[in-house]
Amino acid sequence: MKAIVALTILAVLVMFFGVRKMKKVLLPLIFVGLIITMILNIREWGTSVHYFNEMFVADNFSIAFSSILILIGILIFMFANIYYKGVERPLEDIYALILFALIGGIVMASFGNLILFFVGLETLSISFYVLAGSKKFDIASNEAAMKYFLTGSFATGFLLFGIALVYGVSGSFNLEAINAYVVSCHGSVPMLFIAGMLLIFIGMSFKIAAVPFHFWSPDVYTGSPTLITAFMTTAGKVASVAAFYRLISIAFISLHSELVATLTVISVATIVVGNLSAVYQDNLKRMFAYSGVAQSGYLLMAMIVLGPKSAGILLFFVLSYVISTITAFAVLMLIREERGTFFIPAFRGLAKNNPVEAFAMAIAMMSLAGIPPLAGFMAKYNLFVLAAEGGYTWLVVVAIIGSMISIYFYFKPILASYFSEGEPQHKIESSINFKFNIIICTILMIVLGFLPQVIINLL
Amino acid sequence: MLIGLLITIPLLTSLLLFALKDRPAVNRKIALGSSLITFVIAGMVLVQYLADPMGYPVFHPEIFHSLGIEFSLGLDGLSMLIILLTTFLFPIIIYSGFGNETERRSSFYALLLLMEMALIGVFTTTDILLFYIFWEIALIPIFFVAILWGGENAKFITFKFFMYTLVGGLFMLVAIVFLYVKTPGPHSFAFADFYKVVLDPSAQKWLFLAFFLAFAIKIPIFPFHTWQPDLYFTAPTQGTMLLAGIMLKMGVYGLLRFVLPLFPGALNDLGLYAILLSITGIVYASVIAIRQNELKRLIAYSSLAHVGLIAAGVFSRTFNGLEGAMLQMISHGVNIVGLFFCYEIIVRRTKTGNIASLGGIAAKAPVFSAFFMIILLGSISLPLTNSFIGEFLLLLGVFEYNGYLAAVAGLTIILSAVYMLRMYQHTMYGEVKEATAGFTDLTRQEIAVLVPIVLIILWIGIYPHLFLGLAEPAVKSILAFYH
Repeated sequence: MKAIVALTILAVLVMFFGVRKMKKVLLPLIFVGLIITMILNIREWGTSVHYFNEMFVADNFSIAFSSILILIGILIFMFANIYYKGVERPLEDIYALILFALIGGIVMASFGNLILFFVGLETLSISFYVLAGSKKFDIASNEAAMKYFLTGSFATGFLLFGIALVYGVSGSFNLEAINAYVVSCHGSVPMLFIAGMLLIFIGMSFKIAAVPFHFWSPDVYTGSPTLITAFMTTAGKVASVAAFYRLISIAFISLHSELVATLTVISVATIVVGNLSAVYQDNLKRMFAYSGVAQSGYLLMAMIVLGPKSAGILLFFVLSYVISTITAFAVLMLIREERGTFFIPAFRGLAKNNPVEAFAMAIAMMSLAGIPPLAGFMAKYNLFVLAAEGGYTWLVVVAIIGSMISIYFYFKPILASYFSEGEPQHKIESSINFKFNIIICTILMIVLGFLPQVIINLL
Repeated sequence: MLIGLLITIPLLTSLLLFALKDRPAVNRKIALGSSLITFVIAGMVLVQYLADPMGYPVFHPEIFHSLGIEFSLGLDGLSMLIILLTTFLFPIIIYSGFGNETERRSSFYALLLLMEMALIGVFTTTDILLFYIFWEIALIPIFFVAILWGGENAKFITFKFFMYTLVGGLFMLVAIVFLYVKTPGPHSFAFADFYKVVLDPSAQKWLFLAFFLAFAIKIPIFPFHTWQPDLYFTAPTQGTMLLAGIMLKMGVYGLLRFVLPLFPGALNDLGLYAILLSITGIVYASVIAIRQNELKRLIAYSSLAHVGLIAAGVFSRTFNGLEGAMLQMISHGVNIVGLFFCYEIIVRRTKTGNIASLGGIAAKAPVFSAFFMIILLGSISLPLTNSFIGEFLLLLGVFEYNGYLAAVAGLTIILSAVYMLRMYQHTMYGEVKEATAGFTDLTRQEIAVLVPIVLIILWIGIYPHLFLGLAEPAVKSILAFYH
């Protein structure tokens, strides 16, 4: 809760200083604010305080995922300097919107009441819609924002309808109360309730870009400004996944066995379609969008197999995904800056001229592909063990086949950068700052590969 | 304790070399020194091991335990043999690269040492997840070595190899995860617990196939061999030495460690097909080798033929077959490194590996021709050389399994003599060609590399007792699963 208060104050301050045209203050202020927020958040660990009549629940799960969201904020702002270098337009609205989106995300990870869930979801989504269109004079950005807004509102409509149905049948918005109602039904839950539940999950599947609700994802992610794409693909997924997990593990836990079939189909379809589509992409930004779709498939696996460690494994997977993705996008931003394109040939010769950036990209790609001993491998393997222990044989096989397919497209940038043919490209100038940030991320990916249990045992 | 050093020394040296500035002359000496130290430590480990073979302590540092990682290393006869091979070959491989001056040389040595760490890890770990991790880690340095310093079309060939092996490894990972779930009591990845797993026949078959695929791609066994000739040809010679000398032993090691103990039932049903594939590979590769005009490819195909026999011996599941396989792993490793180094010596001077354009080298470089002859005789398994013992035991093992198959497998001896001696005749004897006109004899560095190899060839060939003694208890413990 304190985190939300701190973030709100921070966002207001950002806007205030922006209006006052004190641009140089913005980023340092944001960093200080985010670090304070993180500290306030972590200090609440272990205490499980419920606010506002059980609407807002700050338990360990929500604190863990909120911390990841704040971490995403810190990482994004680390690269915001480079991305917006030389941009004339005032930036305080973009920064404030990012902070508002974080607030929405934290709410989505900490709700105990469906209404608050909706509030958080909308805060996140509307911030995203505007951020997607923040490059005002770029047609692609405008198109992305429009597409996102239209399809997103549609999905939100489904979600709201589902919430209404669930409320109508169970009589309460509160997650625990809904569960109590389901238990009291003793197996014969009214059809209307099931319909509402399914509608809610359809809405959520849209948000995490699960097949077959993923069609907005490639166009929106490709059209948005790259930094915003990095933000959306990480924060959006983290918040939605946390919300999804909360719903499944608290409100609809008694109906879990009925949901498994649906979720399994969605998960398998997502893994297969996401990985296969990514193989055909030449535009790296689009490829990352599809790879994000595939990763949602893996994340869904953790919800299908609700074991005692599911939350911890989900947390670790999300953490490794976030760090790898942001690193990859950072290097992508740099390349786009210098070479003007997202296509693979732009990567040629990167290793010769910019070894640090090429290495960071290679580690990020290998982590996402699941190569030991990086964090991504540990995350995937823990997930597979979880699923195998739960008896989901075929799910593991599909996931492994998906990983095999993904190796192909994750290695395309690595091959291009270390392959020194093509016209000699000149060295890309990147500041020490950038290199430092990238190195931190790379070290994290390697170190986390050795410490999976530390994170998993948190939850 | 010492085993831990075997892994950390190459790792630390490799990181050091990555960090240092590129001064080839100094850095390669650092690499050589580090690999020699590792070899000496392996010798000390051997002495320790021989004192008490059964009770060698497992290296299980507490520091990792608190992080939830099961890091444990152990030794038995099989691991000891392969560690000796690895630590012996690495200084030789590194030293053999001293003549080549290409760019970014220190990264090259750093990557080689990273390989050493990963390989030693694979061969000493007693935890199957760690085995898988080291297995995959071993792929990364060789990937970079082959791509960055490779010849024509390196990128496509190396990526094909990489994906092929990675896919095989992923199948193995599925099998590992399933076996893990079936381990009794609190699940664990330790070998001892894996051996206790009880499997029903149909599950056994699938798991066997998954493991078999991973190792068949690695060794390689026909028909999963298509990556091998191109990669061996295109990689820099040191990379090829690594691949042929040590890396493929990972596959045989895996067969001995996992497939044989864990899946006796599946092997009873499907073992025949495995042997058939292996033997097909032997004849197939030998015939192609006879038709080869390019020296490096010829050696690559000869390697393919010899490892086919090793695999056949493993699948025969007889005492002689297994012992022959373990010994032949060592012999083959040493011989193939020797052969590839002879190839490098020729190419350094004549700039070509084309057999037709070579000739009359023996007249110009008698010392070289003598060394080459010994290594070559070792490769075709002449008695008194190392692979004679190995191939004899392997053929005996296959014969105990099935006489006809042994007869076909025995063709390898004849065919290898054909292509090897023919190659030797064309390159060494005959008239001096344009390319070989200025062939100088061996330098001191090259002699220093060839002498240990030749000594080992003769030592194992004349007095293999030490090596067979190391292998025997390991073979017995594997065969214990078959009673």
